[in-house]
Amino acid sequence: MTSLNKETLKIRTEQDVIVFRQRLREYVVKIGMSVVNQTKLITAASELVRNILAYAGEGQATIEVVSERLQTGVKIIFKDSGPGIPDINKAMQDGYTTGKSLGLGLPGAKRLVNFFDIKSEVGHGTTVTIIRWKR
Amino acid sequence: MATNSTTSLLIKRRKDIFQIWVDHQVEDPALRDDLMSNDELRNQSEEFLDLFLQAIKSGNLEDISRTEYQPIVDLLTGISLSRAHSGFTPRETALYVLSLKKAVIRVLQEELENDPASLVNEILNISNLLDSLSLVTFETYIQGREEVILRQTSEMNEISTPVIRVWEGVLALPIIGTLDSERTQIVMENLLQEIVETESNIAILDISGVPAVDTLVAQHLIKTVDATRLMGAECIISGIRPEIAQTIVHLGINLEGVQTKATLASALKYAFSKMNMVVTKRK
Amino acid sequence: MERIPILKMGDFLLVTIQVDMYDRLALNLENDLVQMVHKNGSKGVLIDISAVSIVDSFMGRIIGNVGTMSKILDAETVVVGMQPAVAITLVELGLPLAGVHTALNVEKGMALLQSKIAIDPLDLDMQQDEGVDDDQPE
Repeated sequence: MTSLNKETLKIRTEQDVIVFRQRLREYVVKIGMSVVNQTKLITAASELVRNILAYAGEGQATIEVVSERLQTGVKIIFKDSGPGIPDINKAMQDGYTTGKSLGLGLPGAKRLVNFFDIKSEVGHGTTVTIIRWKR
Repeated sequence: MATNSTTSLLIKRRKDIFQIWVDHQVEDPALRDDLMSNDELRNQSEEFLDLFLQAIKSGNLEDISRTEYQPIVDLLTGISLSRAHSGFTPRETALYVLSLKKAVIRVLQEELENDPASLVNEILNISNLLDSLSLVTFETYIQGREEVILRQTSEMNEISTPVIRVWEGVLALPIIGTLDSERTQIVMENLLQEIVETESNIAILDISGVPAVDTLVAQHLIKTVDATRLMGAECIISGIRPEIAQTIVHLGINLEGVQTKATLASALKYAFSKMNMVVTKRK
Repeated sequence: MERIPILKMGDFLLVTIQVDMYDRLALNLENDLVQMVHKNGSKGVLIDISAVSIVDSFMGRIIGNVGTMSKILDAETVVVGMQPAVAITLVELGLPLAGVHTALNVEKGMALLQSKIAIDPLDLDMQQDEGVDDDQPE
């Protein structure tokens, strides 16, 4: 996979979420992603950024334009140093929540993207990587 | 390694190699002079050979991922891709590099006639290198074909999901063939877009042409119904054959909340009654 | 504090969301709407989201909440003008907003609200009980 363009944004407040979504939109428009895929990616990203604010307080998101074989897409890495997730399998189930949401954030985001990877260490933080291809 | 001498040897005999190589290609019964003229083939081959000799001058005869091989790999990629697109067979495409190997080996044989040990050595070296290059040909040829298939698939998906206006405010979408997730996306996108454009309140999804409904297909249908409802329109599923009704029940698929009709005609009738319209025979 | 304006049109409340929603704005809207429904005895709430390009689970929850809360206060909620991409995304997200009514545009949404009120006899009874002078055509 080759990287074409990359940027990291800090996520600390609700306002950062708006800025992040706008930057992300600029990227997906630039590579010519279809409107439906744009909406799916930005919605998924929105869920994940919201998780950072809700559970870790702050973190960062790295937006990257990537290409592999015949496709171009956008990869986003969400990183925080929050409490981490003790049971990832549980967290990936629809409707499971520790009380701050509908419990659709992680499983919902996974359904909206082409690639989803989550790594978490209790006490050290969580890293989520997603990719949505253009087509 | 004695590669240096071989390299200069090959450069010295460039003309002969080129001639033998082109002759090989032209003589081959599989030559596609219908797809490519002999002049074109000559020019292409000459450029290829020059870049090849340029690359082996570096002394590296093993690793084609190094920068000195970039130009030749690029050229080869381009050749294979364009051959894949214009309909050459894999054999015809692979033969391009393989016939160069023949030519190079023939020249080496002539030059090193009296030194069998180094002849074997050099032939091994050069054929390893050319094998690597011919693998590139094959990989990119397949990639080229994949591109063709991808394009055709998306074209087929596009044309196989027409949205029909059957009445003012009523859309129908006959689905032929099976529904996978990619196709469902296209169906949804086309249907919802058309609902917006025509301000239709009712959409009929006719599945007479769907061979089988399993849990996954049902899930896709329910998604489409849900999305239509979110837009503010109603989605009816019609064309449910008896055996499909049976499988739906046997699989325990819950179609509650989904308006279903046996035929497109009864779905249309339902749509009319929803719109407070009556169809009567003229007296 | 930034707020989304709510228009009162007879028995109905009309909200047009024109900006990118962030959490506090959405929470304020939920609060304001419920207050307005209660204060005015509104019979319907119409939320126009035709200009909204992203509805995530949080926004979806707010919309669902407004629907349920209004229902408890005896008002129907209609969400109108959802963009196709948003509808597809919500379905994939697993949030089909089962509790709220939907319509293609404001005009159809209004008509839907009218019909919901007209066909619910319980509504008419209650209006008479409360002494709200409103002649609803049957």
